[in-house]
Amino acid sequence: MEDVLNRDIRAGARLLRWIDDGVGEARSILKQLYSHTGKAAIVGITGNPGAGKSTLVDQLITRYRAQKKTVAVVAVDPSSPFSGGAILGDRIRMQEHALDEGVFIRSFATRGHLGGLTGTTADVVHVFDAMGWDLVLVETVGVGQDEVEVQRLAHTTVVVMAPGMGDEIQAIKAGILEIADIFAVNKSDRDGADRTVRELRLMLDMGKEAIQQQQERVCPPGWMPRVIKTVSTKGEGIDELMTALAEHRKAYENACRDPNFVRARLRREFLDVFRRTLFTRGWSYLMHEDHLKEVVEKLQDGSSDPYTLAKQAVNALGRL
Amino acid sequence: MLYDPKAIDAVKGEKESWKQEELKATLDKRSERLPRFSTISDKEIPRLVTPDDLGDSEYTKKLGMPGRYPFTRGVQTTMYRGRLWTMRQFAGFGTPEDTNQRYRYLLDQGQTGLSVAFHYPTLMGYDSDHPRSLGEVGKCGVAVDSLRDMEVLFDRIPLDQVTTSMTTNGPAGVLLAMYIVVAEKQGVSADKIGGTIQNDILKEYIAQKSWIFPPRPSMRIITDILAYCTEHVPRWNTISISGYHIREAGSTAAQELAFTIADGIGYVQAGVEAGLDVDAFAPRLSFFFNAHSDFFEEIAKYRAARRMWSRIMKERFKAKQDTSLKLRYHTQTAGCSLTAQQPTNNVVRTALQALSAVLGGTQSLHTNSLDETMALPTEESVTVALRTQQIIADETGVANTIDPLAGSYFVEWLTDQLEEEALQYIQKIDDLGGIVRAIELGYPQNEIGDAAYRYQCQMEKAEKIIVGVNRYRMDDEIPIPLLKIDEEVERLQVQNLAEVKRKRDAKQVQAQLKKVKEAAHDGGNLMACFVDAVREYCTLGEIIGVLRGVFGEHKDPGML
Amino acid sequence: MDEERKIRVLIAKPGLDGHDRGAKVVARSLRDAGMEVIYTGLHQTPEMIVATAIQEGVDAVGMSIMSGAHNVLMPAVVDGLLAKGAEDIVVFGGGIIPDDDMESLKKKGIKGLFTPGTSTETIISWVRENVKPS
Ligand SMILES: Nc1nc2c(ncn2[C@@H]2O[C@H](COP(=O)(O)OP(=O)(O)OP(=O)(O)O)[C@@H](O)[C@H]2O)c(=O)[nH]1
Ligand SMILES: [Mg+2]
Repeated sequence: MEDVLNRDIRAGARLLRWIDDGVGEARSILKQLYSHTGKAAIVGITGNPGAGKSTLVDQLITRYRAQKKTVAVVAVDPSSPFSGGAILGDRIRMQEHALDEGVFIRSFATRGHLGGLTGTTADVVHVFDAMGWDLVLVETVGVGQDEVEVQRLAHTTVVVMAPGMGDEIQAIKAGILEIADIFAVNKSDRDGADRTVRELRLMLDMGKEAIQQQQERVCPPGWMPRVIKTVSTKGEGIDELMTALAEHRKAYENACRDPNFVRARLRREFLDVFRRTLFTRGWSYLMHEDHLKEVVEKLQDGSSDPYTLAKQAVNALGRL
Repeated sequence: MLYDPKAIDAVKGEKESWKQEELKATLDKRSERLPRFSTISDKEIPRLVTPDDLGDSEYTKKLGMPGRYPFTRGVQTTMYRGRLWTMRQFAGFGTPEDTNQRYRYLLDQGQTGLSVAFHYPTLMGYDSDHPRSLGEVGKCGVAVDSLRDMEVLFDRIPLDQVTTSMTTNGPAGVLLAMYIVVAEKQGVSADKIGGTIQNDILKEYIAQKSWIFPPRPSMRIITDILAYCTEHVPRWNTISISGYHIREAGSTAAQELAFTIADGIGYVQAGVEAGLDVDAFAPRLSFFFNAHSDFFEEIAKYRAARRMWSRIMKERFKAKQDTSLKLRYHTQTAGCSLTAQQPTNNVVRTALQALSAVLGGTQSLHTNSLDETMALPTEESVTVALRTQQIIADETGVANTIDPLAGSYFVEWLTDQLEEEALQYIQKIDDLGGIVRAIELGYPQNEIGDAAYRYQCQMEKAEKIIVGVNRYRMDDEIPIPLLKIDEEVERLQVQNLAEVKRKRDAKQVQAQLKKVKEAAHDGGNLMACFVDAVREYCTLGEIIGVLRGVFGEHKDPGML
Repeated sequence: MDEERKIRVLIAKPGLDGHDRGAKVVARSLRDAGMEVIYTGLHQTPEMIVATAIQEGVDAVGMSIMSGAHNVLMPAVVDGLLAKGAEDIVVFGGGIIPDDDMESLKKKGIKGLFTPGTSTETIISWVRENVKPS
């Protein structure tokens, strides 16, 4: 615990491993770490598979390091649904920073979790925050529809799109339009980038009202998403992206002066933890002492129904 | 037509009756050894090829005469009756002193050309004292850091009498510059030296992966070299467009042919776009192929390559001189075909592969030594390898006539087939927008990956046989003696480098490096700067370091 | 959710050679055996490999070297891990490694060594047997 707070890489890495593997000790350490969180800026990077997220993160690391800020990266890749294994390939694009002590890159596999992150990414971010990293960059898996969880976790969400892949249409379907604070139209060395930028701006303009009224979204009031062209393989447009990130950060910090805004964020953070806690508790209750087996038996012999049984199981949790 | 239509009809009739009678009867009695016969590249091979399978092609258009368009029968008029191929063993290990000794031994044994294998730090543009060179110095080739090492490497070897091939890509220009200055110091002017630099960066991205700069600046350096050599080093082969490594990475024969020629098209295109006259530089392009184990497929590959290249140069690039149309090539027997099991068998493999290269009409040849899958060759093993070539040249009689397999129905058929398959790949690459784009998209890399995987599976299921590995294994094998590179080499080399740095004129060094940097920025000819810089003993690592600063580095795209 | 321990492996390509086919095949097959694999890409220094192994919290590091630099680079990774207090990470390797070198490398802490032609099956079962989640 002390070691983690002193930013001991080895201790931090091991704690992350326990969190990832769901080892019991991790929870009590997380509790103690919580009071040390709240300082890091958390930036989510999401977008279609292969849009250039990792290459962009690589560029962002370089820029933040030039500003003498320390950077932690959480890079999530999908687990194979067949073997449960994974090849975690984001890091290879950031390997230039392997020896920089001001950078900590950690790869995770989704292990079946949907939504673009792992089941414990929020905890992982807390650890990095408590360790005192100035920035935590969270790269999601390539998102499809509904995989927009990162936005609940990040202070600033960057959506990376590549032109000419039908991403624009995909964006509306996936609800990506609503989650982005900043759009990076990457690979703009290819044809079609200007068109993508135009279409995005148009759609944002049309959807202005809806975006600002989003219930779920806790974002600085009055912020309109920026659209920026980048070529992350060549470092083009990254300065502009950094400017937009800084502006959004400022807007976010301003918003934090408003107790209502802070309350909304805390409320959401709590609900996320609550949901996970409830699920974990419920799950382990069912898995242990034949509880699930009994449930299934009752269903099979027709003596009860799933609704009643689920409610009984939840009630049983309270008595534990 | 190759054959008279009436005669063809007769052949067809005869073949049909043979099929109905003898063949049917035989197959009824006993089926063939395999359900499907295929080459090592998994290309299906017919039972019998007869003249009617060859289509309605004209002899003069398709085969012609040796030394004449389309060069199917060879690029020289008298081929090996005039002069044998150059026997050129790829060699290099340890310090320049060690390798110089090996070169002089090989020349004494009747080798007719030199071929330099550099160690990895040199290939990647690092000096021996760089942290990344740790453990690598002198291991897979000879260490060359500065002009001093090149002087030692060619000590007592007259550069107006041998030709030298240098396998190097990213730093090719710098090493050629060193060679030019060494010759100059021997009193041999640049227009008198001959040889080859590999300088084929495209295949590095496709297969070999010893890259330094990203593709586009790499192409710029290459065109600078083309321009410089056209003017000052006219006998130098400026690019050796290499299929060898593509094949070693697991490609099929047709892929090797296709991607190599597509790379060639890429270079010619770049030269033309840089404003060079195609006939000024195309004659100095040469090729480098693999000699794998499937005997006829290899011979067909070389013959198809010559025909394809001459047509492409003439039709696509409108080259006018005969010398621009000729595909001249070096061959190396397939390293990947050698086995660590029962290594003596490698001598036999290499001999047959070498024979295919000669029957295919190669201009120069390296034969692998039997121990090369395990280490760099010992003096004994390299001697056997060289003798293998000498036996083919002097005992077998295959060099007595030109292109002896021409007119074999099977060989001509297979030549046509490989050409057709390769042209399809080239079409696909054109459709993607050219070879540089195709590489960026990972197209050739993926095709090769798939072919390699297919072969691996066939091998594990013993559908493809490797003697001593998946058939005819032996348990107790006696290990053979191997060449060991002493860790002392690294210390010695680093010490010599420090000595060079102490003795040279530091001001001159800084001035020359500055010039390199300026040329890199403003588009001046880099090759000219390299020559001036190495003369002042700027090291390879220093020069490449400056270029890294300007051009950036190519990163491993990490495709799985 | 429940505790779920997985084996995490770093597949690394130290040195300057570009022969990455073997490393990639091994990475793929460990994934197919249910492990989580991080691949470094080409041309890594021992320091980079050590730093990566620690940050990634892996249980094992597998290296492939075809340039003959194994005697220097493999032990450098073992020593680097030791210096960072991460000696529990299991180190194994593959490449063209003569018998004599095998002995000395094993003494220097490289637990498993595989020469070209080793089946992926063999490597997977070796990892299963010798590597436990930390
Ligand atoms: N032309 C071009 N290629 C790019 C650009 N950015 C990234 N790429 C290439 O696109 C490919 C994918 O890039 P990554 O950064 O791995 O993309 P990603 O979004 O992280 O991919 P996943 O994590 O697999 O979803 C790589 O080959 C990059 O080199 C760009 O701006 N222009
Ligand atoms: Mg990625």
